[in-house]
Amino acid sequence: MLYREALNLAIDEEMKEDKDIILLGEDVAGVGGTFRVTEGLLAKYGDKRVLDTPIAELSIVGNGIGMAIGGLRPIVELMTANFSLLAFDQIINHMSKLPYMSASKIKLPMVLRMPQGVSKQLGAQHSENYENMLSSVPGLFVFAVSSPAYAYFALKKSIQMDDPVLFIEHELLYNKKEDFSLNEDIDPFKARLVKEGTDITIISYLKMLDDTLSVIDEIEKELKCSCELIDLCSLNPVDYASLEKSIKKTSRVVIVEEGHRMGSYGAQIISWAVEKLFYSLDAAPLRLCGENVPIAYNRKLELASIPTPDTIKRDIIFWGRQSGL
Amino acid sequence: MDDELLEDLYYYMLLGRYFEYGAKENYLQGNISGFLHLDIGQEALSVGAMKAFEGDVFTTYREHVMAIARGISIKSVMAELFGKIDGVSKGRGGSMHMFSPELNFYGGDAIVGGHIPNAVGCAYARKYQGIDTGTLVVFGDGATNCGAFFESINIASVNKLPILFLCENNKYAIGTHISKVSSFEKQAQKAKIYMPTMEVDGMDVVAVYETVTQAQGYIKEGNGPIFVEAMTCRFEGHSISDSNQYRSSQEMELCKAQDPIEKLKAHINKDVAKSLEQKVINEIEMAVKFAKESEEPDIKDLKKYMYTQEGLKHVI
Repeated sequence: MLYREALNLAIDEEMKEDKDIILLGEDVAGVGGTFRVTEGLLAKYGDKRVLDTPIAELSIVGNGIGMAIGGLRPIVELMTANFSLLAFDQIINHMSKLPYMSASKIKLPMVLRMPQGVSKQLGAQHSENYENMLSSVPGLFVFAVSSPAYAYFALKKSIQMDDPVLFIEHELLYNKKEDFSLNEDIDPFKARLVKEGTDITIISYLKMLDDTLSVIDEIEKELKCSCELIDLCSLNPVDYASLEKSIKKTSRVVIVEEGHRMGSYGAQIISWAVEKLFYSLDAAPLRLCGENVPIAYNRKLELASIPTPDTIKRDIIFWGRQSGL
Repeated sequence: MDDELLEDLYYYMLLGRYFEYGAKENYLQGNISGFLHLDIGQEALSVGAMKAFEGDVFTTYREHVMAIARGISIKSVMAELFGKIDGVSKGRGGSMHMFSPELNFYGGDAIVGGHIPNAVGCAYARKYQGIDTGTLVVFGDGATNCGAFFESINIASVNKLPILFLCENNKYAIGTHISKVSSFEKQAQKAKIYMPTMEVDGMDVVAVYETVTQAQGYIKEGNGPIFVEAMTCRFEGHSISDSNQYRSSQEMELCKAQDPIEKLKAHINKDVAKSLEQKVINEIEMAVKFAKESEEPDIKDLKKYMYTQEGLKHVI
């Protein structure tokens, strides 16, 4: 099943069960979603439940919040995280705070989905990653899924929850294929152990996880060591217990992410690791992330702004050698 | 309008007025902190609209009187201003954030215009659920200049949503006169290409009550949205920290000459008016006493309401 098909199936199954679930966003109905995630749902559930909205992100999210207040369970799609900036007042001042400010009198059972990341030459205004900012907002749950199985299980869980959930996808993962059983027992709040190892804990999520996995054999061969690769999946809250277990075993930690270095999401993970596990570490942690620069249109410049399989391999090997591996 | 309803409107306006006096006094004594946006002078709009409208209500940070007129107890509203555990939002919200889903009252929003898209979404929910009473959203003239407002009138109109846009035009966006920030003196101009509009004297509670009732009738017939503009005048500054220097004493005199409570008092039996006033004074005294005696929230519950109980299991 493809990543986008897994998302579609999760939404479809939940909509079938509960007529309070409403889908809204730009081009989600007639077109079936820019990335084809909502394909076929208009025909199945009709135009009262699958809504094409104006290109007005503030209202798309704001209306979703109002629908949830009114007793529905909206699934809101933003075409990309880049446009979420227009809705930040709604996401941060309303979606994350209304339950708290009302002492839980207001419940917001809603999911806000959005893809992000560097795709291919989409330019500076269509290539950003905002999980760092969004994960720092108290009151939201934030998932960032890397695999079709996790896309399916985490989205189902998100839809079923009575809390507001931000669901981050990556534009280059929609056609990623993976076979999995729908009967698996997956808890998306738990980090996924992608590959076991003993010497380095590498933490990642979304597309960087795949890029890291693609060069992990070479890293191991070069450093003559074994790497453990962990997919965070839930960015808020963080499954620190799983990370702690792994880092205590390996004594070395690396995080690979696409966002800009300044204020990056991984900075929080590294900061936690240093504060909490300082005496378990045999080497200074390594943070691989994007440069502090808007993403250029030119392909060479674009790739130079983010980690790639080549630079991930190069940088981890260099760091590994320096740190005594 | 029958005497009973008139007396009810009078009572709630008076209760609102004295509540605000009590809030101001306690703010100055240091019992209340933060922002305090008093509704003194605008009670006709707050009470008339809340009493007339049956459905869901979304409103702004100047909300004490609306919350009270909607039926939230003055004790819990006052305790919220004091930040106490018996406050309507258990001390988490404060003056600008009061909610009561059981009374279809959804706050209490401190971002100018930010609640309007929420009200539109709720109106969609009501239409989808086949509930015809619709949604009332109250906002000031200042909010009609922000993007959220324009997006909302468009979406409400294209989807024929059951929503009443009620603009409280007191001519000031915080301290800036509307003529400096809007092309129109009457903000209904902005809405009238999308939906029918009505204008009402916002200083006349009977007129507000009747206009809102009529507008809700229009919504109930499934006609879609409607816009009502109420011309009002606030007697105080934007918030308690605003010294109101931007309005001349002459302007303030004209403003106060329209006092909605005095206006209605002429139609209320003198003895009744007198006894209602004494009743209100006693009630406010009790509410302040209640708020003072109420406990502070427990620090161990700092994060308690961030998520639902089920959600909290994933966090703690």
